Amino acid sequence: MPAETERLAHYRPDPESHPPVSYPDYRSNIARAPKHPLVLLPQRLGEITGPLLGEERVGRDDHDLTVQHAEEPQGQRIVVSGKVKDGDGRPIPNTLVEIWQANAGGRYRHDLDRHPAPLDPNFSGVGRAMTNADGDYRFITIAPGAYPWKNHHNAWRPAHIHFSVFGTAFTQRLITQMYFPGDPLFDQDPIFNSARPAARRAMVADFDLDSTVPEWALGYRWDIVLRGSDPTPFEDEEDHDDE
Amino acid sequence: MSDTQTTPSQTVGPFFAIGLPWEDGHLIVDEDVPEAFDVIGKVLDGAGEPVPDALIEVWQADPDGRFDHPADPRGAVAREGFRGFGRCPTDEGGRFRVRTVKPGPLPAEDGVQAPHLNVSVFCRGMLVRLVTRIYFADEPGNAEDPVLLSIPDPARRRTLIADPAPFGYRFDIHLQGDDETVFFDL
Repeated sequence: MPAETERLAHYRPDPESHPPVSYPDYRSNIARAPKHPLVLLPQRLGEITGPLLGEERVGRDDHDLTVQHAEEPQGQRIVVSGKVKDGDGRPIPNTLVEIWQANAGGRYRHDLDRHPAPLDPNFSGVGRAMTNADGDYRFITIAPGAYPWKNHHNAWRPAHIHFSVFGTAFTQRLITQMYFPGDPLFDQDPIFNSARPAARRAMVADFDLDSTVPEWALGYRWDIVLRGSDPTPFEDEEDHDDE
Repeated sequence: MSDTQTTPSQTVGPFFAIGLPWEDGHLIVDEDVPEAFDVIGKVLDGAGEPVPDALIEVWQADPDGRFDHPADPRGAVAREGFRGFGRCPTDEGGRFRVRTVKPGPLPAEDGVQAPHLNVSVFCRGMLVRLVTRIYFADEPGNAEDPVLLSIPDPARRRTLIADPAPFGYRFDIHLQGDDETVFFDL
Protein backbone atom coordinates (compact mmCIF):
# COMPACT_ATOMS: atom_id res chain seq x y z
CA MET A 1 0.00 0.00 0.00
CA PRO A 2 2.64 2.63 0.86
CA ALA A 3 4.34 2.12 -2.51
CA GLU A 4 1.04 2.99 -4.19
CA THR A 5 0.14 5.99 -2.15
CA GLU A 6 3.58 7.54 -2.52
CA ARG A 7 2.85 7.97 -6.20
CA LEU A 8 -0.20 10.14 -5.63
CA ALA A 9 -0.16 13.65 -7.04
CA HIS A 10 -0.04 16.58 -4.67
CA TYR A 11 -1.74 19.87 -5.46
CA ARG A 12 0.10 22.98 -4.36
CA PRO A 13 -1.72 25.41 -2.06
CA ASP A 14 -2.59 28.80 -3.54
CA PRO A 15 -3.40 31.02 -0.54
CA GLU A 16 -2.02 34.08 -2.33
CA SER A 17 -4.87 33.90 -4.77
CA HIS A 18 -8.14 33.32 -2.97
CA PRO A 19 -10.19 35.57 -0.72
CA PRO A 20 -10.03 34.84 3.01
CA VAL A 21 -12.76 32.80 4.68
CA SER A 22 -13.76 35.80 6.76
CA TYR A 23 -14.31 39.02 4.84
CA PRO A 24 -16.79 41.29 6.64
CA ASP A 25 -16.76 44.03 3.97
CA TYR A 26 -19.05 41.61 2.16
CA ARG A 27 -21.93 41.90 4.59
CA SER A 28 -23.52 38.49 4.01
CA ASN A 29 -20.20 36.94 4.98
CA ILE A 30 -20.53 37.99 8.62
CA ALA A 31 -23.14 35.46 9.76
CA ARG A 32 -21.88 32.70 7.48
CA ALA A 33 -18.09 32.57 7.63
CA PRO A 34 -16.82 29.87 10.01
CA LYS A 35 -14.96 31.23 13.07
CA HIS A 36 -12.78 28.22 13.78
CA PRO A 37 -9.55 27.94 11.83
CA LEU A 38 -9.69 25.45 8.98
CA VAL A 39 -8.28 22.00 9.81
CA LEU A 40 -5.46 20.87 7.53
CA LEU A 41 -6.62 17.98 5.34
CA PRO A 42 -3.72 16.07 3.79
CA GLN A 43 -4.48 15.16 0.19
CA ARG A 44 -5.32 11.50 -0.21
CA LEU A 45 -7.17 9.51 -2.85
CA GLY A 46 -10.49 11.29 -2.49
CA GLU A 47 -8.93 14.72 -2.85
CA ILE A 48 -6.74 14.07 -5.90
CA THR A 49 -9.60 12.44 -7.80
CA GLY A 50 -12.81 14.18 -8.79
CA PRO A 51 -15.81 14.01 -11.07
CA LEU A 52 -14.96 13.84 -14.77
CA LEU A 53 -18.26 15.05 -16.13
CA GLY A 54 -18.88 14.67 -19.81
CA GLU A 55 -20.87 15.71 -22.81
CA GLU A 56 -24.05 14.31 -21.25
CA ARG A 57 -24.26 17.52 -19.22
CA VAL A 58 -24.13 19.78 -22.30
CA GLY A 59 -26.96 20.37 -24.75
CA ARG A 60 -26.59 21.47 -28.37
CA ASP A 61 -27.17 25.20 -27.84
CA ASP A 62 -25.79 25.44 -24.31
CA HIS A 63 -22.62 27.30 -25.39
CA ASP A 64 -24.60 29.97 -27.27
CA LEU A 65 -26.79 32.06 -24.95
CA THR A 66 -28.12 34.08 -27.89
CA VAL A 67 -29.97 31.22 -29.63
CA GLN A 68 -31.84 29.61 -26.76
CA HIS A 69 -35.14 31.40 -27.43
CA ALA A 70 -37.39 32.39 -30.30
CA GLU A 71 -35.49 35.61 -30.90
CA GLU A 72 -32.10 37.06 -30.03
CA PRO A 73 -31.63 38.72 -26.64
CA GLN A 74 -31.13 42.47 -26.27
CA GLY A 75 -27.59 43.70 -25.71
CA GLN A 76 -24.06 43.75 -27.04
CA ARG A 77 -23.21 40.36 -28.55
CA ILE A 78 -19.87 39.02 -27.25
CA VAL A 79 -17.69 35.94 -27.67
CA VAL A 80 -15.99 34.81 -24.47
CA SER A 81 -13.29 32.22 -24.98
CA GLY A 82 -10.14 30.99 -23.30
CA LYS A 83 -8.27 28.06 -21.92
CA VAL A 84 -8.75 26.08 -18.74
CA LYS A 85 -5.32 25.08 -17.47
CA ASP A 86 -3.53 24.15 -14.28
CA GLY A 87 -0.98 26.15 -12.35
CA ASP A 88 1.83 24.74 -14.49
CA GLY A 89 0.19 25.90 -17.70
CA ARG A 90 -1.00 22.43 -18.70
CA PRO A 91 -4.34 22.61 -20.56
CA ILE A 92 -7.25 20.70 -19.03
CA PRO A 93 -9.13 19.02 -21.91
CA ASN A 94 -12.72 17.73 -21.89
CA THR A 95 -13.75 19.44 -18.68
CA LEU A 96 -17.15 20.99 -17.98
CA VAL A 97 -17.46 24.78 -17.81
CA GLU A 98 -20.77 26.24 -16.56
CA ILE A 99 -21.70 29.93 -16.64
CA TRP A 100 -24.59 32.09 -15.51
CA GLN A 101 -25.11 35.85 -15.73
CA ALA A 102 -27.46 38.83 -15.64
CA ASN A 103 -29.04 40.16 -18.83
CA ALA A 104 -28.00 43.37 -20.57
CA GLY A 105 -30.00 45.42 -18.06
CA GLY A 106 -28.33 43.81 -15.06
CA ARG A 107 -31.24 41.52 -14.14
CA TYR A 108 -31.06 37.79 -13.46
CA ARG A 109 -33.86 35.47 -14.43
CA HIS A 110 -34.34 34.51 -10.79
CA ASP A 111 -37.47 35.00 -8.66
CA LEU A 112 -35.56 36.75 -5.90
CA ASP A 113 -33.81 39.31 -8.10
CA ARG A 114 -35.60 42.54 -7.16
CA HIS A 115 -33.61 44.91 -9.39
CA PRO A 116 -36.25 46.91 -11.28
CA ALA A 117 -34.69 46.35 -14.69
CA PRO A 118 -36.65 44.47 -17.36
CA LEU A 119 -36.35 40.74 -17.85
CA ASP A 120 -35.53 39.72 -21.40
CA PRO A 121 -37.87 36.98 -22.66
CA ASN A 122 -35.10 35.89 -25.02
CA PHE A 123 -32.38 35.47 -22.44
CA SER A 124 -31.96 32.79 -19.76
CA GLY A 125 -28.39 33.69 -18.88
CA VAL A 126 -27.18 30.09 -18.50
CA GLY A 127 -24.49 28.31 -20.51
CA ARG A 128 -22.48 25.09 -20.50
CA ALA A 129 -19.58 23.89 -22.59
CA MET A 130 -16.81 21.30 -22.57
CA THR A 131 -13.22 22.32 -23.17
CA ASN A 132 -11.77 20.74 -26.31
CA ALA A 133 -8.64 18.61 -26.58
CA ASP A 134 -6.51 21.77 -26.12
CA GLY A 135 -8.41 22.92 -23.04
CA ASP A 136 -10.21 25.69 -24.93
CA TYR A 137 -13.80 26.77 -24.28
CA ARG A 138 -15.96 29.27 -26.17
CA PHE A 139 -19.28 30.90 -25.30
CA ILE A 140 -21.43 33.31 -27.29
CA THR A 141 -23.52 35.58 -25.11
CA ILE A 142 -24.40 39.23 -24.51
CA ALA A 143 -22.52 41.62 -22.26
CA PRO A 144 -24.12 41.49 -18.79
CA GLY A 145 -25.17 44.76 -17.17
CA ALA A 146 -23.96 46.07 -13.82
CA TYR A 147 -26.56 46.03 -11.05
CA PRO A 148 -27.15 47.56 -7.64
CA TRP A 149 -27.17 45.54 -4.43
CA LYS A 150 -27.65 46.42 -0.78
CA ASN A 151 -24.21 45.64 0.63
CA HIS A 152 -23.51 49.31 1.37
CA HIS A 153 -24.87 52.68 0.29
CA ASN A 154 -24.97 52.98 -3.51
CA ALA A 155 -23.31 49.60 -3.98
CA TRP A 156 -23.05 48.27 -7.55
CA ARG A 157 -21.65 45.00 -8.78
CA PRO A 158 -19.31 45.41 -11.74
CA ALA A 159 -20.54 43.50 -14.79
CA HIS A 160 -19.49 39.87 -14.49
CA ILE A 161 -20.14 36.33 -15.66
CA HIS A 162 -20.16 33.53 -13.08
CA PHE A 163 -17.98 30.53 -13.97
CA SER A 164 -17.95 27.05 -12.46
CA VAL A 165 -15.15 24.62 -13.35
CA PHE A 166 -14.11 21.20 -12.06
CA GLY A 167 -10.65 20.46 -13.39
CA THR A 168 -9.66 16.86 -12.77
CA ALA A 169 -9.48 16.70 -8.97
CA PHE A 170 -11.59 17.62 -5.95
CA THR A 171 -8.75 19.96 -4.96
CA GLN A 172 -9.22 21.97 -8.18
CA ARG A 173 -12.94 22.70 -7.94
CA LEU A 174 -13.49 26.42 -8.52
CA ILE A 175 -16.42 28.81 -8.70
CA THR A 176 -15.43 32.32 -9.69
CA GLN A 177 -16.47 35.39 -11.68
CA MET A 178 -15.09 36.88 -14.88
CA TYR A 179 -14.98 40.68 -15.09
CA PHE A 180 -14.54 43.08 -17.99
CA PRO A 181 -11.46 45.27 -18.48
CA GLY A 182 -11.44 48.83 -17.21
CA ASP A 183 -14.65 48.64 -15.21
CA PRO A 184 -14.95 51.79 -13.06
CA LEU A 185 -16.94 49.84 -10.47
CA PHE A 186 -14.03 47.66 -9.31
CA ASP A 187 -12.84 50.04 -6.58
CA GLN A 188 -16.08 49.99 -4.60
CA ASP A 189 -16.86 46.28 -4.99
CA PRO A 190 -15.97 44.17 -1.94
CA ILE A 191 -16.39 40.91 -3.84
CA PHE A 192 -13.84 41.82 -6.51
CA ASN A 193 -11.50 43.24 -3.89
CA SER A 194 -11.79 40.21 -1.62
CA ALA A 195 -9.24 38.45 -3.85
CA ARG A 196 -5.59 39.11 -2.94
CA PRO A 197 -4.38 42.26 -4.72
CA ALA A 198 -1.91 40.51 -7.02
CA ALA A 199 -4.55 38.00 -8.05
CA ARG A 200 -7.40 40.38 -8.94
CA ARG A 201 -6.10 40.92 -12.45
CA ALA A 202 -6.55 37.17 -13.07
CA MET A 203 -10.33 37.66 -12.88
CA VAL A 204 -10.41 40.31 -15.62
CA ALA A 205 -10.81 39.26 -19.25
CA ASP A 206 -8.88 40.93 -22.08
CA PHE A 207 -10.58 42.53 -25.01
CA ASP A 208 -9.31 40.52 -27.98
CA LEU A 209 -9.48 41.69 -31.56
CA ASP A 210 -8.45 38.25 -32.84
CA SER A 211 -11.52 36.55 -31.43
CA THR A 212 -13.75 39.50 -32.33
CA VAL A 213 -15.99 38.42 -35.21
CA PRO A 214 -16.13 41.14 -37.91
CA GLU A 215 -19.56 42.73 -38.37
CA TRP A 216 -20.96 40.58 -35.56
CA ALA A 217 -19.53 40.29 -32.02
CA LEU A 218 -16.77 41.61 -29.72
CA GLY A 219 -14.26 39.08 -28.47
CA TYR A 220 -13.00 38.66 -24.90
CA ARG A 221 -10.31 36.21 -23.84
CA TRP A 222 -10.15 34.79 -20.36
CA ASP A 223 -7.99 31.88 -19.20
CA ILE A 224 -8.94 30.02 -16.03
CA VAL A 225 -6.03 28.69 -14.00
CA LEU A 226 -6.66 25.89 -11.50
CA ARG A 227 -4.23 24.60 -8.89
CA GLY A 228 -1.06 22.99 -10.17
CA SER A 229 0.30 19.70 -8.89
CA ASP A 230 3.79 18.69 -7.93
CA PRO A 231 5.19 15.84 -9.95
CA THR A 232 5.15 12.54 -8.14
CA PRO A 233 8.58 11.05 -7.48
CA PHE A 234 7.95 8.46 -10.17
CA GLU A 235 6.41 10.64 -12.83
CA ASP A 236 9.44 10.99 -15.09
CA GLU A 237 10.81 7.51 -14.63
CA GLU A 238 10.33 4.68 -17.07
CA ASP A 239 10.15 2.01 -14.42
CA HIS A 240 7.29 2.39 -11.94
CA ASP A 241 7.66 -1.04 -10.47
CA ASP A 242 9.50 -0.32 -7.26
CA GLU A 243 11.14 2.35 -5.18
CA MET B 1 7.78 24.47 -14.87
CA SER B 2 6.48 27.99 -14.35
CA ASP B 3 4.14 28.70 -11.50
CA THR B 4 1.12 30.54 -12.81
CA GLN B 5 -1.26 32.73 -10.83
CA THR B 6 -4.34 30.66 -10.09
CA THR B 7 -7.71 32.26 -10.68
CA PRO B 8 -9.21 33.48 -7.39
CA SER B 9 -12.41 32.03 -6.02
CA GLN B 10 -15.48 34.28 -5.90
CA THR B 11 -18.88 33.82 -4.31
CA VAL B 12 -21.47 31.67 -6.03
CA GLY B 13 -23.86 34.56 -5.27
CA PRO B 14 -27.61 34.45 -4.69
CA PHE B 15 -28.73 33.50 -8.20
CA PHE B 16 -26.78 30.34 -9.10
CA ALA B 17 -30.04 28.39 -9.08
CA ILE B 18 -30.74 29.63 -12.62
CA GLY B 19 -27.87 27.51 -13.89
CA LEU B 20 -26.11 25.09 -11.56
CA PRO B 21 -28.81 22.69 -10.31
CA TRP B 22 -29.43 19.60 -12.43
CA GLU B 23 -32.70 17.70 -12.31
CA ASP B 24 -30.84 14.49 -11.43
CA GLY B 25 -28.03 16.27 -9.60
CA HIS B 26 -28.81 14.79 -6.20
CA LEU B 27 -28.45 11.24 -7.52
CA ILE B 28 -24.94 10.05 -6.65
CA VAL B 29 -26.32 6.62 -7.53
CA ASP B 30 -29.31 5.71 -9.65
CA GLU B 31 -32.59 6.08 -7.78
CA ASP B 32 -33.36 2.36 -7.95
CA VAL B 33 -30.05 0.98 -6.63
CA PRO B 34 -31.27 -1.43 -3.90
CA GLU B 35 -28.91 -0.30 -1.11
CA ALA B 36 -29.42 3.40 -1.84
CA PHE B 37 -30.39 5.78 0.96
CA ASP B 38 -30.77 9.53 1.38
CA VAL B 39 -28.49 11.89 3.22
CA ILE B 40 -30.68 14.80 4.28
CA GLY B 41 -29.69 17.85 6.22
CA LYS B 42 -29.82 21.60 6.62
CA VAL B 43 -27.30 24.34 6.14
CA LEU B 44 -27.53 26.84 9.02
CA ASP B 45 -25.84 30.17 9.66
CA GLY B 46 -24.37 31.57 12.86
CA ALA B 47 -27.80 32.62 14.14
CA GLY B 48 -29.20 29.14 13.49
CA GLU B 49 -31.16 30.46 10.51
CA PRO B 50 -31.48 28.21 7.46
CA VAL B 51 -29.33 29.14 4.48
CA PRO B 52 -31.63 28.96 1.46
CA ASP B 53 -29.00 29.81 -1.13
CA ALA B 54 -26.29 27.19 -0.61
CA LEU B 55 -25.10 24.51 -3.00
CA ILE B 56 -23.82 21.19 -1.68
CA GLU B 57 -21.59 18.95 -3.78
CA VAL B 58 -20.50 15.43 -2.86
CA TRP B 59 -17.64 13.34 -4.23
CA GLN B 60 -17.13 9.82 -2.94
CA ALA B 61 -15.61 6.39 -3.54
CA ASP B 62 -17.73 3.44 -4.60
CA PRO B 63 -18.66 0.62 -2.17
CA ASP B 64 -15.28 -1.02 -2.87
CA GLY B 65 -13.42 2.16 -2.01
CA ARG B 66 -12.49 2.78 -5.65
CA PHE B 67 -12.73 5.86 -7.88
CA ASP B 68 -13.55 6.01 -11.57
CA HIS B 69 -10.54 8.25 -12.11
CA PRO B 70 -7.07 7.81 -13.63
CA ALA B 71 -5.33 9.22 -10.51
CA ASP B 72 -6.46 6.18 -8.52
CA PRO B 73 -3.27 4.05 -8.65
CA ARG B 74 -5.36 0.87 -8.52
CA GLY B 75 -6.93 1.88 -11.86
CA ALA B 76 -10.16 3.65 -12.75
CA VAL B 77 -13.24 1.52 -12.22
CA ALA B 78 -16.65 2.40 -13.60
CA ARG B 79 -19.56 0.89 -11.71
CA GLU B 80 -23.07 0.44 -13.07
CA GLY B 81 -25.51 2.97 -11.64
CA PHE B 82 -22.80 4.78 -9.68
CA ARG B 83 -21.72 8.36 -10.46
CA GLY B 84 -19.75 9.22 -7.36
CA PHE B 85 -20.74 12.87 -7.70
CA GLY B 86 -23.86 14.74 -6.70
CA ARG B 87 -24.98 18.32 -6.20
CA CYS B 88 -28.02 19.80 -4.53
CA PRO B 89 -29.09 23.40 -3.90
CA THR B 90 -30.71 24.08 -0.53
CA ASP B 91 -34.41 24.93 -0.48
CA GLU B 92 -36.11 27.81 1.37
CA GLY B 93 -35.72 25.82 4.60
CA GLY B 94 -31.99 25.38 4.04
CA ARG B 95 -32.52 21.67 3.30
CA PHE B 96 -30.56 19.49 0.92
CA ARG B 97 -30.84 15.82 -0.06
CA VAL B 98 -28.52 13.50 -1.91
CA ARG B 99 -29.15 9.83 -2.69
CA THR B 100 -26.19 7.51 -2.41
CA VAL B 101 -24.66 4.29 -1.09
CA LYS B 102 -21.94 3.93 1.50
CA PRO B 103 -18.46 4.19 0.07
CA GLY B 104 -15.90 1.58 1.05
CA PRO B 105 -12.98 2.34 3.35
CA LEU B 106 -10.05 4.08 1.65
CA PRO B 107 -6.37 3.23 1.86
CA ALA B 108 -3.99 5.98 2.98
CA GLU B 109 -0.36 6.22 3.99
CA ASP B 110 -1.37 6.95 7.55
CA GLY B 111 -3.98 4.26 8.09
CA VAL B 112 -7.36 3.29 6.68
CA GLN B 113 -9.90 6.06 6.17
CA ALA B 114 -13.40 5.15 7.33
CA PRO B 115 -16.20 5.45 4.76
CA HIS B 116 -16.94 9.11 4.14
CA LEU B 117 -18.26 11.61 1.63
CA ASN B 118 -16.18 14.59 0.50
CA VAL B 119 -18.38 17.68 0.61
CA SER B 120 -18.09 21.15 -0.91
CA VAL B 121 -20.35 23.92 0.39
CA PHE B 122 -20.89 27.06 -1.68
CA CYS B 123 -23.25 29.84 -0.68
CA ARG B 124 -24.03 33.51 -0.99
CA GLY B 125 -21.85 35.24 1.58
CA MET B 126 -18.92 32.85 1.25
CA LEU B 127 -16.15 33.87 -1.13
CA VAL B 128 -14.46 30.48 -1.09
CA ARG B 129 -15.68 26.92 -1.12
CA LEU B 130 -15.96 25.29 2.29
CA VAL B 131 -14.80 21.67 2.40
CA THR B 132 -16.09 19.19 4.93
CA ARG B 133 -16.67 15.44 5.24
CA ILE B 134 -19.64 13.28 6.15
CA TYR B 135 -18.83 10.16 8.18
CA PHE B 136 -21.41 7.60 9.33
CA ALA B 137 -22.16 7.09 13.04
CA ASP B 138 -22.47 3.31 12.70
CA GLU B 139 -18.99 2.74 11.24
CA PRO B 140 -16.51 1.22 13.73
CA GLY B 141 -13.66 2.39 11.47
CA ASN B 142 -14.31 5.98 12.57
CA ALA B 143 -12.22 5.29 15.69
CA GLU B 144 -9.13 4.70 13.52
CA ASP B 145 -9.74 7.29 10.83
CA PRO B 146 -6.68 9.55 10.45
CA VAL B 147 -8.74 12.64 9.60
CA LEU B 148 -11.10 12.26 12.56
CA LEU B 149 -8.12 11.52 14.81
CA SER B 150 -6.48 14.75 13.64
CA ILE B 151 -9.27 16.70 15.36
CA PRO B 152 -8.47 16.60 19.08
CA ASP B 153 -11.76 18.01 20.44
CA PRO B 154 -14.41 15.23 20.45
CA ALA B 155 -17.24 17.77 20.19
CA ARG B 156 -15.70 19.22 17.04
CA ARG B 157 -15.06 15.73 15.66
CA ARG B 158 -18.72 14.90 16.23
CA THR B 159 -19.77 17.59 13.75
CA LEU B 160 -18.52 15.34 10.94
CA ILE B 161 -20.68 12.36 11.88
CA ALA B 162 -24.07 11.73 10.24
CA ASP B 163 -26.71 10.03 12.37
CA PRO B 164 -28.86 7.15 11.15
CA ALA B 165 -32.43 8.15 10.25
CA PRO B 166 -35.40 6.30 8.73
CA PHE B 167 -34.47 7.61 5.27
CA GLY B 168 -30.72 6.99 5.64
CA TYR B 169 -28.61 9.57 7.47
CA ARG B 170 -29.07 13.08 8.76
CA PHE B 171 -26.25 15.60 8.55
CA ASP B 172 -26.62 19.31 9.32
CA ILE B 173 -23.96 21.80 8.34
CA HIS B 174 -23.44 24.67 10.78
CA LEU B 175 -21.43 27.40 9.08
CA GLN B 176 -20.93 29.15 12.40
CA GLY B 177 -22.01 29.06 16.04
CA ASP B 178 -21.67 26.63 18.96
CA ASP B 179 -22.01 23.59 16.73
CA GLU B 180 -19.84 24.93 13.92
CA THR B 181 -18.96 22.14 11.53
CA VAL B 182 -15.29 21.31 10.99
CA PHE B 183 -14.12 22.71 7.66
CA PHE B 184 -10.87 21.75 6.03
CA ASP B 185 -7.93 23.47 4.45
CA LEU B 186 -7.28 21.31 1.44
